[in-house]
Amino acid sequence: MDNFIGFGFLLLLLFIGLTFGKRNEARHYRRIRRRERESAHIPIIISEWKDSLSPEDRYDLVHGSVVVGSDYFKTFAAGIRQIFGGNVTSFETLLDRGRREAILRMKEQAMSKGADKIINMRLETSSIGSNQQGKGGLPSVEIHAYATSVASVTRA
Amino acid sequence: MSETMQLTNIEIIPGREIIEHYGVVLGSTVRSKHFGRDMMAGLKNLVGGELQGYTELLQESRDEALKRMKEQARDMGANAIVNVRFSTSSISAGAAEILCYGTAVLVK
Repeated sequence: MDNFIGFGFLLLLLFIGLTFGKRNEARHYRRIRRRERESAHIPIIISEWKDSLSPEDRYDLVHGSVVVGSDYFKTFAAGIRQIFGGNVTSFETLLDRGRREAILRMKEQAMSKGADKIINMRLETSSIGSNQQGKGGLPSVEIHAYATSVASVTRA
Repeated sequence: MSETMQLTNIEIIPGREIIEHYGVVLGSTVRSKHFGRDMMAGLKNLVGGELQGYTELLQESRDEALKRMKEQARDMGANAIVNVRFSTSSISAGAAEILCYGTAVLVK
């Protein structure tokens, strides 16, 4: 009987993860795409691009970060995937969402400082939350994006 | 506190000449999540996605680390920090260390 209840509980968690997790992900992707369109006018340059840096512009450090967590269904699907190997799609989309969100937050901070260009962007990913062996607790990952924003002083 | 510290993660501050180098400055914090936040994040974990409690927590600790780094640079007499880098590592299941470091310089 106990086993049966435990199994039912697991199914419930999987169901919640599958339905709500999927819905949240679709919503999040819509939001990300809209904000990416809105901030597309600010180019991000990965290198320092030293030659074109003008001494009149204002330079500042900007960053954005996000912690994303997996749900029960994604973790379960990844567990099954690990038997056969191959791309773990459920985690790929999670990290993709997190990274784009972190970059967008950095961009929005730069926009609020009046920047029109972002240079030397760095991305950093670290896994927090879950225990060493991945036991107990679902995996969660922090993604941090940082860069130098360049604000042109208005040329009247 | 009279002058604001200028930070960049490129090697120079364009248009300003570096007249003195003070070497590496760093700031770090180790923070653990508190119980209430942990509970909320645990509930949020059911559906996945962003864990806002943790995002805020890490942002606060990053600000603290930056503040400590700036204080160290100010004590040395610097007015800017170039080449700033960040790094995060989880120390135990409930705690994370955030480190930032850079080169303290005096610019003119």
